[in-house]
Amino acid sequence: MDDGARVYLSLISAAIRSQLQYRISFALDVVGMFLVTFLDFAAVLVIFHNVPQLGTFSVSEVAFLYALSAMSFALAEFAVGHLDALNQLVRTGSFDVMLARPRGTLFQVLASDFRMRRLGQLLQGAAVFVYAVSGLDIPWNAARVAMVFVTVLCGAAIFSAVWVLVICVVFWTVEGRESTSAFTYGGQFLTQFPIDVYSQWLRRFLAYLVPMAFVAYFPGLYLLDKEDPLGLPSFLHFSAPLVAILAAFVAGGTWRFAVRHYRSAGG
Amino acid sequence: MRLDWELARRGYRRYAAYPAATVAGVFTNTIFGFLRGYVLLALYEHRDVVGGYDAADTLTYVWLTQGLIATVYIWGWEDLAIRIHSGDVATDLARPVDPLRAGLAFDYGRALYHALFRGIPPFLVGAIVFDLTGPADPVAAAAFTLSVVLAIGVSFAWRFLYNTLAFWLLHYRGAAVIAMLVANLFSGFIIPVAFFPEWLKTVAYATPFPAMIQVPIDVFVGRLDGADVVSALAVQLAWLIGLLVVCRVAFAAGTRRLVVQGG
Repeated sequence: MDDGARVYLSLISAAIRSQLQYRISFALDVVGMFLVTFLDFAAVLVIFHNVPQLGTFSVSEVAFLYALSAMSFALAEFAVGHLDALNQLVRTGSFDVMLARPRGTLFQVLASDFRMRRLGQLLQGAAVFVYAVSGLDIPWNAARVAMVFVTVLCGAAIFSAVWVLVICVVFWTVEGRESTSAFTYGGQFLTQFPIDVYSQWLRRFLAYLVPMAFVAYFPGLYLLDKEDPLGLPSFLHFSAPLVAILAAFVAGGTWRFAVRHYRSAGG
Repeated sequence: MRLDWELARRGYRRYAAYPAATVAGVFTNTIFGFLRGYVLLALYEHRDVVGGYDAADTLTYVWLTQGLIATVYIWGWEDLAIRIHSGDVATDLARPVDPLRAGLAFDYGRALYHALFRGIPPFLVGAIVFDLTGPADPVAAAAFTLSVVLAIGVSFAWRFLYNTLAFWLLHYRGAAVIAMLVANLFSGFIIPVAFFPEWLKTVAYATPFPAMIQVPIDVFVGRLDGADVVSALAVQLAWLIGLLVVCRVAFAAGTRRLVVQGG
């Protein structure tokens, strides 16, 4: 194992151990979050209480997309969710300290925390996945099972890359932090539903340019063995890994560019 | 009264001091307005009316909620919990003004700023892009304004209340997230309460949450009129007073067990 990965693992395992120190509090957090995030899914059920279909998608099919998106997003939150506090690091000058250390700044920020408390959301995504699959007739085989894992991991990578990319705005304006939520939490919301419900300009912008459609929608069409209501080519169903790699490169490049142009808050 | 006014002015100015944050917030609220708008619009492919809302009412609902996010502020406020956690609340207790009253006055100042600069802009974007429903007459508009004023108070009392949990909990953040998700669903913020199945509607209206979001919106789009408006406003007022009393009790109980280190 190379040195970077070793340092990363030892730092986040320390972060996880510290979170596990308050065992009851941790358990309550995980169980509480697991139960309460169903309120979020309840909104989907309320929609289907009123209509039988959303576009050409049934409740189980939307639940399937929701589950893929929820699991991906929970994994992304584990790894990079604490980027939301980057504005604090910049404002207090803690980020300047990182510049003086012999490691990459992105590495240091990411290795500083690991949101193990989000375990509840990951479990909720898995539970919704079971609910969705039980209501569907998916022709399971080894390829489809592998595809579920690849999809969730690639989805997490795409969410994480977008998170890194958009949070760079705080290097120019510390107060601009909230605009990143449109892409991170907005992406989470967008991917929970079939993208054909959105109007064309929004699809082009948030689903293809910010490649949210590759988190759940395109791989979901393959897994559900479903016709694309938008009639797009089927190679897109398998493009998530490529898109994730591309997104990671763009995000890394943007971060480096941003840090090069970063001028300290002058603390 | 003079003191409340001064506190409210400071609340306004504290948020007015960060214009870039306002722009960022408006951007995010607007993007979410489009996302939620299109999802809910998809319901109308199959039906013309859902839960008494036609498509225009639902879009109006979406853009109003996006404007009310910052104005009513049902989640994301941890000011009191942070002060309890750090021990700064001891300073508040030493002041000659009641923390609940001071917080409420400050929050009304904040809400005015947010209503003007984060409430109206996303709604205008929505009104330009989509056909929205407006209040039927000046009386309905006035009733809506009054309903929002009450909603802000109810929301503040609710936030103050769950923030006092920090007196008892070492980690109040979990409680804050749970508070947010519960309020999101039952206030009618994610989906109109009118879309709920009957039993869930009953649960929602047994809580103070609809008084924060759903009631002002129903007044705006004219789902409530005449005597219904008056009784809806009365229910909001009752929740406001009731929650403020509970806040007072909880805060007093919390301060009795408060230990501040190294004062």
